[in-house]
Parts: sequence; structure tokens; C-alpha cells
Amino acid sequence: MPLLNLTLKVWRQENATSEGRIETYEAKEIPTSASFLEMIDIVNERLIKDGQQEPIHFDHDCREGICGMCSMTINGVPHSKERGITTCQLHMRKFSDGETIWIEPFRANAFPVIKDLVTDRSSFDRIIGAGGYISVRTGSAPDAHAIQIPKPDADAAFDAAACIGCGACVAACKNASAMLFVSAKASHLNHLPQGQAEKDQRVLGMVGQMDEEGFGNCTNQYECEAVCPKEISTDHIAKLNRDYLAASARDSVS
Amino acid sequence: MSASSCSLCTFAKSSIGRKIIVALTGLALVLFLAGHLSGNLLIFAGEEAFNDYAHFLHTFLHGAGVWIARIGLLFCFVTHIVFTVLLTKENKSTRAKYAKDTTVQASKSSRLMIWSGLTILAFVVFHLLHFTVRTDAELAALGEISPWEMVIVAFQNPLVVIFYVIAMTCLCSHLGHGVASIFQTLGLRTKKTAGPIQFLSKAYATVIYIGFISIPLAILLFGFGR
Repeated sequence: MPLLNLTLKVWRQENATSEGRIETYEAKEIPTSASFLEMIDIVNERLIKDGQQEPIHFDHDCREGICGMCSMTINGVPHSKERGITTCQLHMRKFSDGETIWIEPFRANAFPVIKDLVTDRSSFDRIIGAGGYISVRTGSAPDAHAIQIPKPDADAAFDAAACIGCGACVAACKNASAMLFVSAKASHLNHLPQGQAEKDQRVLGMVGQMDEEGFGNCTNQYECEAVCPKEISTDHIAKLNRDYLAASARDSVS
Repeated sequence: MSASSCSLCTFAKSSIGRKIIVALTGLALVLFLAGHLSGNLLIFAGEEAFNDYAHFLHTFLHGAGVWIARIGLLFCFVTHIVFTVLLTKENKSTRAKYAKDTTVQASKSSRLMIWSGLTILAFVVFHLLHFTVRTDAELAALGEISPWEMVIVAFQNPLVVIFYVIAMTCLCSHLGHGVASIFQTLGLRTKKTAGPIQFLSKAYATVIYIGFISIPLAILLFGFGR
């Protein structure tokens, strides 16, 4: 199996308040079959054996691209320049021998660094708490055909619901705007009959919370769409803009 | 009443609300450009046509028309600038810089909006002093007799022409991103319309660019009007 010798430039930061810095590591004899996270596991194993330095801290969970936990900016692009994948789905065969790889956390003031590459993305949870849900009686799931939903609406809602809330959109945006995330979460429910009752409340609440968390303002550059591991379209942002305008208008006269 | 004014405040403070204000004032300015260009191109129709047009603008609604337009434009222009500067300042302070910064697909013109915009602001100030206030005594005197002649004389100066071309290049870049952004911000862009909107934006920017620079270039380089 071919092996790679790489140079890593990794962001190391003790804790939320300390200053971080870029450290250089030699990652020797990395198998091309390893995933990107496995490559860091190998480097960490050597760091631990070596005993000189703490291993590199990073977020990860499912390692199959559905949990939205892994969060690294690789050579300046969240989840790397490969389209439609999370960091855990990235393989070392995409890199070449002798390459230098820059690894940084998802950067945004609304995602403060906890340690090294680990960031606190609970601002997303608070946005969901501000309206990204429907109020229903809990219990057994209703029959799938109980409420008829036009196919295009069901498809649009499903595409939006693919968002795993990883935060790559924020990390890629030149303004650290959370519009793709918020629009996907709002669009998912706003496309469905079950979401109509609380639609205005949802849109106003989520956008209000988004602004409060210190995310930037969208400038329609669509960097978010390019890095989204679930390839969520910025059409949802247009819908959120439209829904926000309508909700504000209705809110001002009611 | 208080509830309604309060939701308007919330709207004008929110990120989307402020962007919609920028889009609407931008739309007004974009439409103004089309009118302004069509009027200006009358310069090629000859001295009489152009001077009649200038006379019409100044006497429309007994002279009130031009002031209504000026106040409306000034309002849109100032609002557009104030809100974009506020948004840009906010956007610049939303994160610590990446050590390795990469751009995937954001266009150059989208990244230079504030700089193209501020250059256009400087140009508009110059342009108004040049042709509306007429700080130059010679041009002012000519303007009273024949606005057509005033334009021909003004564009004999290569420095003026260079500044006009630079400003129009910035305007072209600004419109290339701006026109398409109006549709997105007002929520009118969908999968189906994304392509045509992109095309319209680029095409509109190109027409405005060629239209406006054709006048000073024809006068300076090809001796039009001489």
C-alpha cells in the first residue's frame, strides 16, 4: 500500500481564553487508505507515545458523514475542497506525497474555540430553540399518508432536512453568516403543512436569534453552498428572505 | 401603533431587513441608471436633441420634477451607502482570520463590493460638481448656452476621461454582483431562475458599462462633436 509523508500545519490552542498558534508536525508513512481523521489518530498516537506534547484535540462522532460533529478547515476549506463530504469521509488518497496540509478549526466568533480544533457550536442549538421545531402532541408517529403533501414540497423539505448542522457554511462564509443553516432548518418546516401554523413565529424567532449570536450578514457569495457536505442549495436562503419579509409585514399590522 | 413601529424597528435592525433595504434602494438606483443612460445617449443624436432633453428635465412639472427625482435619488443613495457600510463593518468583525484563507467560488466583484461602491461614491461627488453644480467657470458658462457643448468640452480633458472610465469599470463590477443579489435578497431567485438572473445581471452591467464609457471615449479618442 502506498504511504505518504506529509507536513501538517495545525492550530493548537490550550483553551477558550488562551492564544492559539500554528504548529508544524511531520506525518510520516500515512497509508492512502486512511481517512483524514484516522490520519490524525495516527499522528496523535505517536504524540502520546512520544510524551512531549498533548495529542491534537478534534471533534468527531459517527465517522460516516451523518452526525455533523467533525469540523476542520482543511487548506482553508471546511471539510476540504472535495465536494459533498464531511471531514470524516475524506481519504488520504486525495493528497499527494510531500504535501503540506493546513488544519484549522471552523472559525467564527459565534463558534468559539474550546481547544485546538474543537469549537462550541451551541449557538446553532439556540437558533433551533428559537423556532426550528413544530409543536405537536408526542406519541406514536402518524401514518405517512395521513396528511397529503405535494411531491415538490416534500422533495424541497427533504433536501433542506438533509442539513446536519455541522457549521461548515458559517466557517466558509466570508462574513461568518449562518444563513444557509438557518434557511435550511426553516425551509424544511416551512415547506410542510405541519409547519404552517408557527411559520411566521419560526422565521422571526430564528433570524432574531441568529443575529443575536453574532453571525455575519449574507452577501450572496455562495461559499456556503460550495462547502456544504449535504450540498444544500442557497435557494433556501432566497426562501428565507421572502418568508422573513412576509412575516415582518404581517407582524407589523397584527 | 407602538407595536407596528416596533416591528419596523426590529426589521430595520435585523440582518435580512437591512439587506432588503439595501436591495430596494439598489433596485431604484439600478433603474435610474437605465434612464440616465438613455438620456445621455441622446448626445449622439445631435446638439438639438440633447439640449431639448436637458431643457425638458429642468422644466418638467414646472421645474419641480428634477427636484423630486434628486431628493428621491439622494435618499436611496445615502440609505444604500449607510446600510452597506454598517453591514460590511459588522461582517469584517465576525471572525479571527484563517492562517490559510481560501476562496472557493465567491466572485472577485462580490468581494470588492465595498471598494467599487466607495469609488462610485467618490465619482458621483465629482460628477455632480462637474456637470450639475458646475464648479468650473468655463463649463458653467457653456452649460447655460448649450449642455451638449459643455459635455464635448469637458471630455477633452484626458484625466477626466480616465477617471470616468475607472469609475464606470467599478460600476460594471458592482452591478455584476449587485443586480443578481437584488433577486436573491428579495427572495425571487429559484433553481429555475438562477441562470437567467445571473445572465441578466452580467448583461445589464455590460450594457451600462459600454453605454456610459462610449460617450467620453467617442469625444476624446474619436473627436466626436469637434
